[in-house]
Amino acid sequence: MSKDNQVLEEITSKEYEHGWSSNIEMESAPKGLNEDIVRFISAKKNEPEWLLEWRLKAYRQWVNMKEPKWPNVTYPEINYQDVIYYAAPKQKVKPKSLEEVDPELLKTFEKLGISLTEQKRLTGIAVDAVLDSVSVATTFKEKLGELGIIFCSFSEAVLEHPELVKKYLGSVVPMNDNYFAALNSAVFSDGSFCYIPKGVRCPMELSTYFRINAANTGQFERTLIVADEGSYVSYLEGCTAPQRDENQLHAAVVEIYAMKDAQVKYSTVQNWYPGDKNGKGGIYNFVTKRALCAGDHSKVSWTQVETGSAITWKYPSCVLKGDYSSGEFYSVAVTNNYQQADTGTKMIHIGKHTKSRIVSKGISAGHSQNSYRGQVHILKRAEGARNFSQCDSLLMGDKCGAHTFPYIDVENNSAKVEHEATTSKIGEDQIFYCLQRGIDEESAVALIVNGYAKEVLNQLPMEFAVEAQKLLALTLEGSVG
Amino acid sequence: MLSIKNLHAKIEDNQILNGLNLEVKPGEVHAIMGPNGSGKSTLASVLAGREEFEVTDGTVEYLGKDLLELAPEERAREGVFLAFQYPVEIPGVSTINFMKTAVNQVREARGQQPLDAVSFLGLMKEKMKLVEIDQSLLNRSLNEGFSGGEKKRNEIFQMAMLEPKLAILDETDSGLDIDALRIVANGVNKLRDKNKAIIVVTHYQRLLEYIVPDFVHVLYKGKIVKSGTKELALELEAKGYDWIKDEVAVV
Ligand SMILES: Nc1ncnc2c1ncn2[C@@H]1O[C@H](COP(=O)(O)OP(=O)(O)O)[C@@H](O)[C@H]1O
Ligand SMILES: [Mg+2]
Repeated sequence: MSKDNQVLEEITSKEYEHGWSSNIEMESAPKGLNEDIVRFISAKKNEPEWLLEWRLKAYRQWVNMKEPKWPNVTYPEINYQDVIYYAAPKQKVKPKSLEEVDPELLKTFEKLGISLTEQKRLTGIAVDAVLDSVSVATTFKEKLGELGIIFCSFSEAVLEHPELVKKYLGSVVPMNDNYFAALNSAVFSDGSFCYIPKGVRCPMELSTYFRINAANTGQFERTLIVADEGSYVSYLEGCTAPQRDENQLHAAVVEIYAMKDAQVKYSTVQNWYPGDKNGKGGIYNFVTKRALCAGDHSKVSWTQVETGSAITWKYPSCVLKGDYSSGEFYSVAVTNNYQQADTGTKMIHIGKHTKSRIVSKGISAGHSQNSYRGQVHILKRAEGARNFSQCDSLLMGDKCGAHTFPYIDVENNSAKVEHEATTSKIGEDQIFYCLQRGIDEESAVALIVNGYAKEVLNQLPMEFAVEAQKLLALTLEGSVG
Repeated sequence: MLSIKNLHAKIEDNQILNGLNLEVKPGEVHAIMGPNGSGKSTLASVLAGREEFEVTDGTVEYLGKDLLELAPEERAREGVFLAFQYPVEIPGVSTINFMKTAVNQVREARGQQPLDAVSFLGLMKEKMKLVEIDQSLLNRSLNEGFSGGEKKRNEIFQMAMLEPKLAILDETDSGLDIDALRIVANGVNKLRDKNKAIIVVTHYQRLLEYIVPDFVHVLYKGKIVKSGTKELALELEAKGYDWIKDEVAVV
């Protein structure tokens, strides 16, 4: 066996850092899914009748849909009747303020480095913290409220701002868009809601932090961001889960609605539990994220750093409907050990002079499989549309795989579409060059990988870029090849 | 400070070094010359600890330690520096960032505090002057799109930053025009001192006019077949290597 392979075999991956679970009293629905469960969830949340009807409609469609088999991933059949669809921390009364939130819950988030006590928070970020199915706290609500910004849990939005929710829910991702979106529409539990009024520039980062805690429980959260004319918001989503031997299902939906001249920047650092080094356990992350650039000159930018999950199936997309609207997708997807990722984006150009830019950086190590799947569709109307795509793959070792599936459909001759793709290996000589300067192997890999992913990492808000860099290094620890 | 005895090394099934001996004392400059493929870069790689090369016999002592026992990064931290014949490109990593990581890891290994941003910048400015290198070059991705001369100058800049005790320059002069050669040689000369040793691998006498060696060795077929003073380099320049090959054949 060559030296490279030997090093590869010694997968010394540091254990997943967020693998602990908290001891919080939970209330959950019985296992399985049927109309009664949907009713149960809706009742738990005191939802209005229209929403229950919406959920039931989604459920009835889901029952007749088939799980997609086209992604380049393999996993055992999921038994959807073996999943718990609702779990919530038991809180006697609904907390009115942070002071009333169960200290055990606050501790859970403190441990993740997320302080929900506002005094301790960096003033630049407001957080909505979601544990299992329920939002436990949202910070800086009042301060944002002064500007007319609504930032709260989805459940709260349903009760407090039903007209907005009713208008935009499903307007970007229809309930029957795909199998997992339909499932989510039927059983979604909580998530974040955000509305930025006309002309308002949100003065701080908004972020949602998702944490799965309960065992055998699926997480189905829903995020809805509505950016009114000329507004701006930067949004960040983070996520972790305890280390468990069984696989857990996460099927979220994120919808972004951008009106004329609005700008939304959505960044994700996805760090769900990836399973152990032999591929046992880990989250199945089947997520639908889409933005509708409804108004002219609107702009949505997705940035994702995907390091976690056993399986990732995710294509943050932009529907560029408004003229001169633009969409961006910046992605770093790292897979190690037995992780599988099939991720990419869709850019649908409908409006005239719409622009999109795709920068995807895949990094595969161990026995993992990493696929980029991207669609660029220029419709007939999209006069003068432009797209640029850059898809790079970096391989570490010889047991992993990198795949690129670009789909390009151009129906308007005036469109300009450029696609570039490269595949490279971390070179022995790059690593040796670093070693020769006194840099140890782990740091050398971190340096090279961060250099490779720099264009994407640069898109992240400052403090998260640093976190993401560390995460990349951590994910790849011990996988030099 | 460096004592190489009977060194044999191979890569895959090719035996490349065949009983090489070399003694280097602090303060000395040794030049190693020899035809292409004689094993000069292999020697440099073995000293730096490149794993593809397997040492099959012999010993290397460095500052009282068994050099061959040390990992490559440990050797670097102990003061061994190799200016690569073919410097490697690392996209997205600036020389500055690269050097910051290197300098601080070396310091950490020596039990020193990492340099803060201000002191690091100070150090950098000082060394930049030494090799007349521009900061804009150091902000760019390491060696990516650098000209041959820029790459070599960057190697010497890194050498200046890391202040090695034993520097091995592998054909640092090749591809340099005369001005660049002078600058690089000046940089090297400024780093010469009585506690440091330098091994210069070169094909050309030209460099040795600027970096004057104490000893010149001829490496041929993995062995040092002739040693002398700087006059040997002149002789080689005038006569080529054939007479050495003939001499070796006779023996
Ligand atoms: N990676 C390698 N694999 C096989 N042979 C090699 C390798 N590197 C060097 N060699 C061989 O070793 C011999 C010495 O090479 P090298 O040390 O680079 O010589 P020099 O630097 O003196 O020109 C050459 O015959 C070369 O082909
Ligand atoms: Mg050579």
